[in-house]
Amino acid sequence: MRKETGRVLTAISLIVLFLLLWWAERHLDPYLRRILNLIAINIIWAVTFTLIYGYTGQFSLGHAGFIAIGAYVTALLTLAPAQKEQSFFLSPCIWPLSTIQWPFLPSLIVAALLAGVLGLLIGIPSLQLRGDYMALVTLGFAEVIRVINMNLQSITNGSLGLKGIPAYTSLFWSWGCAIFTISIVWMLGHSSYGRAFKAIREDEIAAETTGVSIFYHKLMAFTIAALLTGLGGGLFANLISTIDPNLFSFLLSYQVVTIVVLGGVGSITGNVLASIIYVSLFELLRPIDQPMTFGSITIPGCPGMRMVMFSIVFLLVILFYRRGLMGSNEFSWRWLLSKLQPIFRRERQEG
Amino acid sequence: MSLDMFLQHLANGISLGGLYALIAIGYTMVYGILRLINFAHGDIFMMSAYMAFYGTSLFALPWYVSFGLAIPLAAILGMVVERVAYRPLRDAPRISALISAIGVSLLLENVGIVAFGGRPKAFPRPSLFAQEWNLGGVRILSLTLFIIVISCVLLVGVFYLVYRTKTGRAMRAVAWDFEVARLMGININQVISLTFAMGSILAAAGSIMWGMKFPQLLPLMGVVPGLKCFIAAVVGGIGSIPGAMLGGFLLGVGEIMIVAFFPELAGFKYAFAYLALILILLLKPTGLLGRVVEEKA
Amino acid sequence: MMILKTDGLSKHFGGLIAVSDFNVKIEKGELVGLIGPNGSGKTTIFNVITGLYKPTAGRIYFDGKEITRLRPDKITALGIARTFQNIRLFSELSVLDNVRVGYHLRLRSSPFAAALGLPTYRREEGEITQNSLRLLEVVGLADVAQEQAGSLPYGQQRKLEIARALATRPKLLLLDEPAAGMNPEEIRELMAFIHRIMDEFDLTVFLIEHQMRLIMGICPRIFVLDHGVTIAEGMPEEIQSNPRVIEAYLGVEEEE
Repeated sequence: MRKETGRVLTAISLIVLFLLLWWAERHLDPYLRRILNLIAINIIWAVTFTLIYGYTGQFSLGHAGFIAIGAYVTALLTLAPAQKEQSFFLSPCIWPLSTIQWPFLPSLIVAALLAGVLGLLIGIPSLQLRGDYMALVTLGFAEVIRVINMNLQSITNGSLGLKGIPAYTSLFWSWGCAIFTISIVWMLGHSSYGRAFKAIREDEIAAETTGVSIFYHKLMAFTIAALLTGLGGGLFANLISTIDPNLFSFLLSYQVVTIVVLGGVGSITGNVLASIIYVSLFELLRPIDQPMTFGSITIPGCPGMRMVMFSIVFLLVILFYRRGLMGSNEFSWRWLLSKLQPIFRRERQEG
Repeated sequence: MSLDMFLQHLANGISLGGLYALIAIGYTMVYGILRLINFAHGDIFMMSAYMAFYGTSLFALPWYVSFGLAIPLAAILGMVVERVAYRPLRDAPRISALISAIGVSLLLENVGIVAFGGRPKAFPRPSLFAQEWNLGGVRILSLTLFIIVISCVLLVGVFYLVYRTKTGRAMRAVAWDFEVARLMGININQVISLTFAMGSILAAAGSIMWGMKFPQLLPLMGVVPGLKCFIAAVVGGIGSIPGAMLGGFLLGVGEIMIVAFFPELAGFKYAFAYLALILILLLKPTGLLGRVVEEKA
Repeated sequence: MMILKTDGLSKHFGGLIAVSDFNVKIEKGELVGLIGPNGSGKTTIFNVITGLYKPTAGRIYFDGKEITRLRPDKITALGIARTFQNIRLFSELSVLDNVRVGYHLRLRSSPFAAALGLPTYRREEGEITQNSLRLLEVVGLADVAQEQAGSLPYGQQRKLEIARALATRPKLLLLDEPAAGMNPEEIRELMAFIHRIMDEFDLTVFLIEHQMRLIMGICPRIFVLDHGVTIAEGMPEEIQSNPRVIEAYLGVEEEE
């Protein structure tokens, strides 16, 4: 199968995807649209985590911090001044944030850039540490961000949070950014830089003596990931319209880790599949948390049971099926065609 | 600030430090042997507090029985967690065990939410611990003093066990070099289980005293103290038991005193531990009492 | 022209003296050997030269520059490449990718260009792939280019490690026990191979070996190390009849 065929197939699939999204944006009910948006945003977060961990082998638990920055920046930039005045009743919002209101695209860009800068700042100390320490320090940084958010009353409105964030995130935005993120990470991962990242993951000492500057490349992966994660955070804020600092706790970082582990560390395809499965199941299983009535029988709701089930599945995967759904394998057109060929051959034989 | 206010704060700080020290030891011992950050340790802390609570409320046991039962139950929980979630991954890359620890932590927290509900439970504070004593003009809660005394007794007990008994020597041997200890005939699995049991016992004792001090029980109550105490262990020198004790006390006293002197920073209390961590990792990564060992490539 | 010079090089690990006052001068185009019983500090010397360890004392000069405290990747960029005693391949990567990593340090395109697939990057990538395939042909691994590196048999893994080192366009190649686990026939092939690449790539080679046949066979000059101390230096014939050398090796044998 020629490389061009693969590229054509990919282009066709993207067109089909966007046609579907266009249809969905018009005809699907808001609940389903929200789920689809959440899936796309989680794909962004999972793919960036794969860049840091799957490709470069660095375990970071700081995702929530970058998501928070992205979310708060777009929220503050896109919120109407009138809404800000209303929300910031404890202590007024500082100038110039109090008066500005920007459109979505520039806000997203600034959010992503600031998250990237934060990634650089956090990465410089954190990436010099060994695996488990790095996990702890990045977790710590994310928590520090959360605490700072809680206390900067006049910038973030503290624990009161922000509401009324304009709901700019449509399926085109979220899935567009998801495709963008996937293509950046994919291209990078399959480039010479990607090989350098993976070399670091495999054997740092060998990588270093083969001329790969370890710290520089780790920082590169981390910063790029932080930038794109912030982008996802911005989309998130303008989707759910209400944010507060506690939304971006370590539990959110754990959620990203869960999705990546379930899908297969190091596989973008796995990230996509796992995001779809996780977010859909999360919503589908909502009834478990609430009381269910079957005729005259009422099963009392068990709030949190969903999460218990997810935790059990997560543990089972890490204990018995560590490679996750896809391992580190990716989808490829060649693989699909090879699976379909026997079916076609059999049809021709029968026909 | 008046002298008695200062002494009050100091006493508070030391008692909080004692609790932190008890929890930190569990982290440092597990890390010393398995090189694993036991993310679930804080949740075992939470579970034992709830077990002590339900002992008195649901089963109407007298407090000393309930507290006394919660401790061995916590030890069992700790050993089960090790057996089920960590032992199978002992030969796997270290990150897998770390992820498993996160998974156990998540599971315990979510089970807690389902079983105990999200609303805070009121931990019993027996009258013995609720007295207000007057020591030379300084008003102190009897609980504070009890915590200091009990923590110190337990810490001395740990010291004795680890440095003066054969079992302790086995633990130190395994922490120093896994393979050599195994070759010398030490039953690794037993030592590891014992380590987890010990850590959980200390955490349980700590959680009961914590519950009396901060009577609101929540399913996520173990998370922040857990992280802080691991940080305390790192600051003191990970793998070193005196280091964990030192780190715990420093953290407890530091937290109370900084807020006492600068009340406007109260909201940033959580951040102090993390800032201390970042500082120590940048300046002296082996911790205050840790030793520098150069690794052979 | 002198390509490598060490001056009073020493390495201590706490109380243990691994290397003591090592002095070597290697001319461009030479093939120098380093032998000694196990634990005599040979690999440590390589680790210090390539920057993995910082020396306790002494200096290292490469191609006119002092490289004593440089980072390993910078030293590789200057032109020193090495292989390892216990092969260190990127096992999950393909054979081809292992070699392509070697070319990464000379990449001029930015990550930006790589992420967007710009034509300047794609051209460089094409060159890297071509050069890597050519190197694989030189070592005879071209037909397994797409295999996972970790799945290769031992002998081929050794060759791959050498190919990867060659990809960094070194001037000096440090080989750490390249003949480990080889039979006499393979050793003969290896000797020819080393000569061939020295010619083709204009290399200087510094070689650690345990196997006398290889060392005595091709190295015109040999250093002998025992407990970190240089006990002899010279031509194979001189070394073979040197009493201190015999004692160092025989002493070891007697203990066994």
